[in-house]
Amino acid sequence: MDAILFLIFAAIAVGCGVNLVVQRHPISSALSLVGVMAALAVLYLLLGAEFMAAAQMIVYAGAIMVLFVFTIMLLNAGSERKTDKALFARLFGVPALIGFIVLIGFLIRTLLPKTENVVFGTFTEGTARGVGLKLFTEYLLPFEVTSLLILIAILGAVVLARKEI
Amino acid sequence: MEFFIITGIKAALVAFVLLTTAAYLVWIERKVLAHIQLRVGPYRVGPHGLLQPLADLIKLVTKEGVLPAQVNKFYYLLAPFLAVALALVSISVIPFGKQVEVFGYKTYLELANVNLGILVILAISSVSVYAVALGGWASNNKYALLGGLRSSAQMISYELPLALAIVSPLLMCNTLSLREIAEAQAGFYFGLIPKWHIFQMPMPQLLAFIVFLIAGFAETNRVPFDLPEAENELVAGFHTEYSSTNFAAFFTAEYCNMVTISAVATHLFLGGWNPPLPEVISNWIPPAIFVGFSLLAFYHATQTSPTRPWDKYTFPVLGVVLLGLAGIFTLPLLRDALTPLFWFAAKTGAILFLFIWVRGTLPRFRYDQLMKFTWTFLFPVSVVQLLATGILVAIVN
Amino acid sequence: MDARFIPEPVHLIRFAPELLLTVFATLIMVLDPLTKEGEKHRLGILALVGLLAAAWGAAVAAANPGTAFSDMLLVDGFATFFRYLSILVGVLTLACSFAYLKREQADSGEYYALLLFSIAGQCVMVSANELIMIFIGLEISSIASYVLAGYLRDDKRNNESALKYFLLGSFATAFLLYGIAWIYGITGSTNLAEIQRVLSNRDIAPSVNLIGASAALMFVGFAFKVSAAPFQVWAPDVYQGAPAPVSAFLSAGPKAAAFAIFLRVYITAFEPIADQWQAVLWASALATMIVGNFAALLQSNIKRLLAYSSIAHAGYVLVAVTTHSQIGTAAAMFYLAAYAFMNVGAFAVVTHFARQGERYVNIEDLAGLGQRQPVTAALLSIFLLSFIGVPLTAGFFGKFYIFKAALDANLVWLTVLGLLNSAVAAYYYLRIIVVMYFHEPSESVADLQSPAPGIQAVLWASAAATLILGVFPSWVLDFAGKAALK
Repeated sequence: MDAILFLIFAAIAVGCGVNLVVQRHPISSALSLVGVMAALAVLYLLLGAEFMAAAQMIVYAGAIMVLFVFTIMLLNAGSERKTDKALFARLFGVPALIGFIVLIGFLIRTLLPKTENVVFGTFTEGTARGVGLKLFTEYLLPFEVTSLLILIAILGAVVLARKEI
Repeated sequence: MEFFIITGIKAALVAFVLLTTAAYLVWIERKVLAHIQLRVGPYRVGPHGLLQPLADLIKLVTKEGVLPAQVNKFYYLLAPFLAVALALVSISVIPFGKQVEVFGYKTYLELANVNLGILVILAISSVSVYAVALGGWASNNKYALLGGLRSSAQMISYELPLALAIVSPLLMCNTLSLREIAEAQAGFYFGLIPKWHIFQMPMPQLLAFIVFLIAGFAETNRVPFDLPEAENELVAGFHTEYSSTNFAAFFTAEYCNMVTISAVATHLFLGGWNPPLPEVISNWIPPAIFVGFSLLAFYHATQTSPTRPWDKYTFPVLGVVLLGLAGIFTLPLLRDALTPLFWFAAKTGAILFLFIWVRGTLPRFRYDQLMKFTWTFLFPVSVVQLLATGILVAIVN
Repeated sequence: MDARFIPEPVHLIRFAPELLLTVFATLIMVLDPLTKEGEKHRLGILALVGLLAAAWGAAVAAANPGTAFSDMLLVDGFATFFRYLSILVGVLTLACSFAYLKREQADSGEYYALLLFSIAGQCVMVSANELIMIFIGLEISSIASYVLAGYLRDDKRNNESALKYFLLGSFATAFLLYGIAWIYGITGSTNLAEIQRVLSNRDIAPSVNLIGASAALMFVGFAFKVSAAPFQVWAPDVYQGAPAPVSAFLSAGPKAAAFAIFLRVYITAFEPIADQWQAVLWASALATMIVGNFAALLQSNIKRLLAYSSIAHAGYVLVAVTTHSQIGTAAAMFYLAAYAFMNVGAFAVVTHFARQGERYVNIEDLAGLGQRQPVTAALLSIFLLSFIGVPLTAGFFGKFYIFKAALDANLVWLTVLGLLNSAVAAYYYLRIIVVMYFHEPSESVADLQSPAPGIQAVLWASAAATLILGVFPSWVLDFAGKAALK
């Protein structure tokens, strides 16, 4: 059951990822990315990281990608224009892609150490409580310092966007 | 296998109840608005216009679905589907009552018992922005686009106070599951004041409740925050171009979202299905209400006007039905299952009534006022109240 | 709660410089709306106080060495050295900035706050004992730098600079983050000591290729931040476009901090696989020196020339990193300190000379500076001679120790090629001196005022430091040698 769900959603994630690149319209690409995020959230859920799954949906799909879509709509960005591809891309594009995939496959098969299969449901620390405990004990400093990072990002945006210096 | 059957039955039941509620919510809204404005409201189709939702449905389904020229067909059709699908999904994590036993099978009155119930609702509500934004954008219409953009900006902005308002009751009961939140609010102070979060000692969550309601109004695009569909500026906003079933989908989604928000507010602040008074008294309130209404029906049966000859028969029938309901609520076996459901429905209904009441009373905000209000007032207020709650919780623990 | 996670007071003391910098930066942001227009330089003075407080904090932290916040931070001599260096560069930059901001009518609290935040990020970086902290510190420092580079928003060159820096920088950081993810996947930890322990274990030999891949990914990120070839292309455009004091800051402060984490990660965590990355660093160091020096030969814009020279100097430091020995680390630390002084000094002259709108930034514009302002020209000459590595200047001992360390590590060819590079570099530095003293005075020097007090202070301080380090190198070198990672 878990394995089937994993395969389905992994396929969706990969499909959306490919679609993101193939699509010509920016909105389509952005929404494909939302699809990737949603599929990833389900994969997290399968692995027992429920809080991560919810955060993935709320933060990435619900906030960041909405801003992307918002911007694309505001700028009214049209479809990407089709260009005459470079000679190199036309001749070697597909063979290079196939070669790359074969290379990666070979590397994964030969170089990767033997790993054990993932057993779904063995990881139980992914609840809100588990994540919270980690964040406020072991990872307290990175968690707090990240707020500084966000503060600087806000300050930078204000400096660059306001009317006069 | 049993799991799938039970879940299937529950899903069908919930979807049916929710959609019927949404449909009748429209009827109630029209009636209440009419009475606020000293009109009669829907009256012709069925007794007191009770069949009006059905007529509306038939009308909407049989109308021609116009596909405007030059629209992005895929996204144009995806948007209403997305809207209604997400609206239906979010209700699935809301519990309606305590555990019940049906034919020896114990089950909770909810579709999915998720540990992260409240986060799931937040996630879905944040994703449902896409429906409105896409619908507005794909329509190839400037008013629709403006409506869609307004709506996405508005929903993103109001999501912050909404989420912050949700956090403070969570701090008190230390869980994200809506069921456990409701269960944590059982009991009474001094045997009289219910331990709902809005009465919680030492920090009554009244402020959080108000912030939640205001943000909830904005999230569902209701008056006074219905800027995305402000008809005097934008024709009908993001759904200007939609007709027929597509329009019906947006319409249904809006009312379903209202129900969801009201149900969540009930769970978070108003004690879920817990009665407002100790059970010795409160168990007799539902039958008393039904008896009262049945007496009213019998009274009206004697006051028939010549223009409405059928009232002589329909009102007594209604009275008998209500008496029957009152009887059901006195049976010990069914009472335990139904009374929580009654209180839950009653509180949710009260909040829904508030939605309609506000619509009949308040004017619409201007768009810049709307944004200013959330960022410079609502957001700081919710942060401050969250800080206060957090400090008090830390002290008490 | 587990007792070992509750922060003790000593943890806060070890984190003191960052805390003080953040407090002062936030204070500046709060006071900014309350300060009248034209009096914003008072906030700059407050920033100066903040930097001095941070230096004091670093001293207090150094007196209590050890780890903090469940091994996230490690306050040791190495961290303290780079904390001092970052704060010092901050002080010098600040002193240059007063006159510059007044001249460009762009004085505002945000500039000072961003500067302090950037330094706070660098302090986090250099004292981090953990890849996540390294990443967060790097991002804090970088984002503040991106904004500083585009601080004069109405200036096209600033915009170009900030945009290029931001886009390429984010891209490089993504590589770094990806490398961190790989390392975490392989070793199950982001703690540097723990990674080293796992990698020393020969049982995981089959995945050594994966470790090499992650080290390579992280190398991309680090090489970008230190502007090492082949990831140096951003540096000339960014340094040329950014406000002159900011260019001084970027090429000294963040670069030194980036080298610090480069050294720390490669010499602690990746030490067990040193034979794998040494060859890559060897090639990169050589390419960086060659690209920097030969491109600098062709420049006519002095900011651009200094940018290429900064690339070339990064190449020399990379030679020291390639040795992965204690003496090499000490040499790199010494060199970075020496380079910070001479570089900020040179940029201070540019800041002074460029005048409003940075009109005079060509080398030819300097013609006649030797007659018009002999003191400024003399100080600039000291910095340039130190860049070349003439004896009695800091640059000489910097190069000397680096190439000595390289010879000790049997990197003979790299040493020879590096020395040849230094000889090439002499040409373009000397050309500036020739222009200053022997060319006909151009009209650009005619209306040159004497340097503002802040810039004068920076010039004298930097020149003094350059000469002192050139005569008594042991003062810093001993500290670096004790602090160097083993």
